[in-house]
Amino acid sequence: MTLIQETDFGTPAAAAERTVALEIDGIPVTVPEGTSVMRAAMAAGIAVPKLCATDSLEAFGSCRLCLVEIEGRNGTPASCTTPVAPGLKVATQTPRLKQLRRGVMELYISDHPLDCLTCAANGDCELQDMAGAVGLREVRYGSDGADHLHQPKDESNPYFTFDPAKCIVCSRCVRACEEVQGTFALTIGQRGFESHVSAGMDEAFLDSECVSCGACVQACPTATLIEKTVIETGQPEHSAVTTCAYCGVGCTFKAEMRGSELVRMVPHKDGKANRGHSCVKGRFAWGYASHPDRILNPMIRAAIDEPWQEVSWDQAIAHTAAEFRRIQAKYGRGAIGGITSSRCTNEETYLVQKLVRAGFGNNNVDTCARVCHSPTGYGLKTTFGTSAGTQDFDSVEHTDVAMIIGANPTDGHPVFASRLKKRLRAGARLIVIDPRRTDIVRSPHVEAAFHLALRPGTNVAVLNALAHVIVTEGLVNESFVRERCDWDAFQDWAAFVARPDNSPEALEAATGVAAADIRGAARLYATGGNSAIYYGLGVTEHSQGSTTVMAIANLAMATGNLGRPGVGVNPLRGQNNVQGACDMGSFPHELPGYRHISDDATRQLFDELWGVALDPEPGLRIPNMLDAAVEGSFKGIYIQGEDILQSDPDTHHVAAGLAAMECVVVQDLFLNETANYAHVFLPGSTFLEKDGTFTNAERRISRVRKMMPSRSGLADWEITVALARALDCPMPYDHPAQIMDEIARVTPTFAGVSFARLDALGSIQWPCNQAAPDGTPVMHIGGFTRGRGLFVVTDYVATDERSTSRFPLLLTTGRILSQYNVGAQTRRTANVAWHPEDVLEIHPHDAEVRGIRDGGWVKLASRAGATSLRARITDRVAPGVVYTTFHHPDTQANVVTTDYSDWATNCPEYKVTAVQVSPSNGPTAWQADYRAQARMSRRVAGEAAE
Amino acid sequence: MLRDQDRIFTNLYGFHDWRLAAARARGDWDGTAALMANGQDWIIDQVKASGLRGRGGAGFPTGLKWSFMPKKSDGRPNYLVVNADESEPGTCKDRDIMRHDPQKLIEGCLLAGFAMRAVAAYIYIRGEFIDERRRLQAAVDEAYDAGLIGKNAAGSGYDFDVYVHHGAGAYICGEETALIESLEGKKGQPRLKPPFPANVGVWGCPTTVNNVESIAVAPAILRRGAAWFAGLGRPNNTGTKVFCISGHVNKPCNVEEEMGIPLRELIDRHCGGVRGGWDNLLAVIPGGSSVPLLPKAMCDDMLMDFDSLRAAKSGLGTAAVIVMDKSTDVIKAIARLSAFYKHESCGQCTPCREGTGWMWRVMERMVKGRAEPDEIDTLLEVTTQVEGHTICALGDAAAWPIQGLIRHFRPLMEQRIADYKSRATARAAE
Repeated sequence: MTLIQETDFGTPAAAAERTVALEIDGIPVTVPEGTSVMRAAMAAGIAVPKLCATDSLEAFGSCRLCLVEIEGRNGTPASCTTPVAPGLKVATQTPRLKQLRRGVMELYISDHPLDCLTCAANGDCELQDMAGAVGLREVRYGSDGADHLHQPKDESNPYFTFDPAKCIVCSRCVRACEEVQGTFALTIGQRGFESHVSAGMDEAFLDSECVSCGACVQACPTATLIEKTVIETGQPEHSAVTTCAYCGVGCTFKAEMRGSELVRMVPHKDGKANRGHSCVKGRFAWGYASHPDRILNPMIRAAIDEPWQEVSWDQAIAHTAAEFRRIQAKYGRGAIGGITSSRCTNEETYLVQKLVRAGFGNNNVDTCARVCHSPTGYGLKTTFGTSAGTQDFDSVEHTDVAMIIGANPTDGHPVFASRLKKRLRAGARLIVIDPRRTDIVRSPHVEAAFHLALRPGTNVAVLNALAHVIVTEGLVNESFVRERCDWDAFQDWAAFVARPDNSPEALEAATGVAAADIRGAARLYATGGNSAIYYGLGVTEHSQGSTTVMAIANLAMATGNLGRPGVGVNPLRGQNNVQGACDMGSFPHELPGYRHISDDATRQLFDELWGVALDPEPGLRIPNMLDAAVEGSFKGIYIQGEDILQSDPDTHHVAAGLAAMECVVVQDLFLNETANYAHVFLPGSTFLEKDGTFTNAERRISRVRKMMPSRSGLADWEITVALARALDCPMPYDHPAQIMDEIARVTPTFAGVSFARLDALGSIQWPCNQAAPDGTPVMHIGGFTRGRGLFVVTDYVATDERSTSRFPLLLTTGRILSQYNVGAQTRRTANVAWHPEDVLEIHPHDAEVRGIRDGGWVKLASRAGATSLRARITDRVAPGVVYTTFHHPDTQANVVTTDYSDWATNCPEYKVTAVQVSPSNGPTAWQADYRAQARMSRRVAGEAAE
Repeated sequence: MLRDQDRIFTNLYGFHDWRLAAARARGDWDGTAALMANGQDWIIDQVKASGLRGRGGAGFPTGLKWSFMPKKSDGRPNYLVVNADESEPGTCKDRDIMRHDPQKLIEGCLLAGFAMRAVAAYIYIRGEFIDERRRLQAAVDEAYDAGLIGKNAAGSGYDFDVYVHHGAGAYICGEETALIESLEGKKGQPRLKPPFPANVGVWGCPTTVNNVESIAVAPAILRRGAAWFAGLGRPNNTGTKVFCISGHVNKPCNVEEEMGIPLRELIDRHCGGVRGGWDNLLAVIPGGSSVPLLPKAMCDDMLMDFDSLRAAKSGLGTAAVIVMDKSTDVIKAIARLSAFYKHESCGQCTPCREGTGWMWRVMERMVKGRAEPDEIDTLLEVTTQVEGHTICALGDAAAWPIQGLIRHFRPLMEQRIADYKSRATARAAE
């Protein structure tokens, strides 16, 4: 195994179709018009020396190493900034150039420490390479006089160091921060010899606006910006391409290893979702994989107030199988179920649903998509015919108007946000529909044309008002609708939205959004060119989540914004494999490929393959399982990698459900909150320890590659296989590739997918079959999957959760950049430096009348429960709205959220809870009790008591 | 010697009122609309025929530069930017034009802007020019109030705005593309060319950047005819020029003279001669700090114009004549200039960022003689490494004074090194 080396062409590829022929060092080259001489040379295999150029950034022309001579032209132009021209004759190596390059290198080295042998970048340093390439043999300039060699290092960032002594001021980090990440945290301070890289206003990196995405570290040609893990471990010696296990963007990384130790994760240039970019989580926050909290041995216990007993895998599996069979014998076949994990691979989720359907003999399987994007599945299937987003991420490069609804991409989907911001800086317009002023509303060189700061829970009203403007102002793309959609349904819908009670003016009071803004946004969306909608959980996690998704689909169909690059309806999926978990048949009513369990033909396919007779009745959803548990009819559950106690709404209810069960099996990396109520703990494996695939938000199936042996001995799929075998459910797999082969055999949209094809193509976007052998980047080109697009009338029904005199504020919840969901992973990394605890954002007006001070403790109470946390006073939220995150179990924000949910899919209404906020003197008694209980519950027999 | 009736800047010394009424009495804004009625092409042809070469230092033909601007808009407006960031050491001509004759500049903006189909002129004025900025703004306000600029400027039917933009005090912002960056609110750093400003200039629009003096003489050329202007000076070096003479002369001054005036005549007639007499002259920097100096022998019959000075491996530059008599430590003088360029380098490209600092450090040692004789060659080599190989001309400007010094005063440098060595030997022997 070797280290994967990527070719750096020096400048970005040109998009032109016309080509230009020229000659470089006597070699004829033909390249697209607009290509730089440097890139053209590289295409011919000629590496022109360079330091300030790298192909992720626009040419800058500052290092003056890449000078060339061009026949008939004066001087020595920089090859990075000189575009090709027909017939050009370029010389990249002449005595004059050699002397110039040596001169420049000599100047560089005269102000650079000569500590190559002890430098962390030794062997991976472009300055070192260039000194060799230009034949530097001496530095005549002496060492007296001013230099930068004794400047202090900035080690404030937990993941990388900044050593100004080694900086050559090539500006690559500054340009990466601007062009790639779009944060503009870095600049070159001062000028001339005093020029230096400055984070913020000459602050420490950690204190600056830096979001630690790693783009600067990646761009740095020297050891100036370098990962602390490389300093500690040394240079990696082999690597493989794998897929990030955090959010639904699904970035491709090179996992760079030293032996079986991970040295660093480097975003892969060929990754089609991320195009070489990353965020703080994927790039740096993987230390949880070796955190001491990892549980490495299976454990069982008879009751949840007992300490855990470590047992062998065989014992644990046998015990679990016996318990499940006992419960089924006593309470009936339907008394147990399973939850598949959106964090696990496609192959692993497929196996869990297979185990439930074929092994447990019921359909009590559900997944965490229940609590996030189940309305997306329902809404898009109803209107378009496919339960998935319509575009690939590259599509954003063709977008003229981006409408973001209920999503916070700079925190939740940072790499996509960077790509979007790049497009916005290039001139695309932005509409944001969100109660909160998220960062994308206004950030450096990006400003939303419209920010519709609606009252939480009024999404449908706002979308109906937008549609009203589009229909009544004649902005409908009628030819698209007539050609592609169900015309009768359209007419019904158009008549509905055109009603005066759906006008922006009529709905102003309910939504809190000025009618003029709605009208402006609607006109921009309908007439601004390629308009694309990106949405998140602010759309789905409502009592009308499915309605909102359909209202979004209606808007896109009415304006013809579907079926080509640059447009579409794009759910930003929360978890790395939530799309895949849904695709794999994790819902109680659907077999893999979104085929209903009651469909005889589909069921027969699986009956024959699995050798069982599947139950045609849909099983229980997660909330139903918990309800049934409280009622006493549901007694055992197999939970693969999900922490429902912390992540699901109404924590007290979840806890009651779990406590009522007789066998709760948790398979996870850590003793999570749910494990407090578990009887069996099966230690899982990280994405670094197994083979498989993840499917991201753009339906892209990417490989996860095993970089090191499983620390617990079994990969998650092997655990499920073992459990299935113990339950006499045959699972004859030796490798996840065989599982994917089975999936492809039974799922038409996956028919062309195999590990071999994935290895060959890098990644594949489903549908991938005979009609689309290389996959489908953009869906619904030429026609909808369901035939004709279906408009659905979307009546606005206000949620029952309203502010009252007892609970006068509306709470909405979300995520933050540095933490990930329940925080099981990120809380066990240095990311806590940015977000050590959940805080409650409250508007200054609401804070003042309650006597709340910034940073002070407050009690947050709803009719469901109460918790305490610190307040942050900010006008990011509107008066009447408060906001918090749910990353920390110490806070347990879901104690407060209620049992209301989406009418169609039971997706919980996380985004609207009526609450009261009052000053407090610290954590609530419940929080203290909970902490004590969690501590008790995590005892392991034989280990020293804490 | 320039005849009084051929003088363009009739209030260069501020003996008269700078305000609009007085300026009009001196002939400014006389029949401007009629000049414009001759059309854009006529104006550009006249300026071409006059032989006017850019007064900011490079001497590029002004009319030709104007003709590069697009004649048909692709939707983007054209802009005129006036470079009033006069920062070249020794140079103070634009300062006096703006102080005492601002209407000449403003009228020139309208005529030049009209000729280039620009919608507005931005006058980027040096950060240290506080009073001048106030005065210029007052003059612009007067011109607006009188209807000379703005809507239907001077009754021509052409709408034209003039904005005064105050810089923040960086030499590099006198470089036209750095000036454009600064005008856009960014850090003043030169842009890569191509694209050139006439294609992609300020805010991405076609832009021409001209020196204050180039613009301020345009109305006189149009009014008095290209032939008149071309008849002054020498072929290819026509017209009048404001010279700024400083240093070891009895009466330092700004003076408008004919191009090609002999250097000695310029100094003797207008500045009361070199301190201590012509024979006390050591050297002259003829065109602002960045051009190579000339030793006295070359000054005796040097003509002050672009081509003559270029032939002498120096340059007219901004026509800032810095006179040094024999009391001058010329090595120290050039070392001071090296310090200036080190201080003003923007730091964007390597040869200049590292090279200016290095050249300055060596120059400091050369002042004391604390160096090896072969380091003079190393120094010369570095100047050629920097010269012509940087993004903008600041690298050249830093290199040329040192090259001039080595070219003409190498024996002096060698002597200083030898003296230092012998002193060191003597000290060691004690």
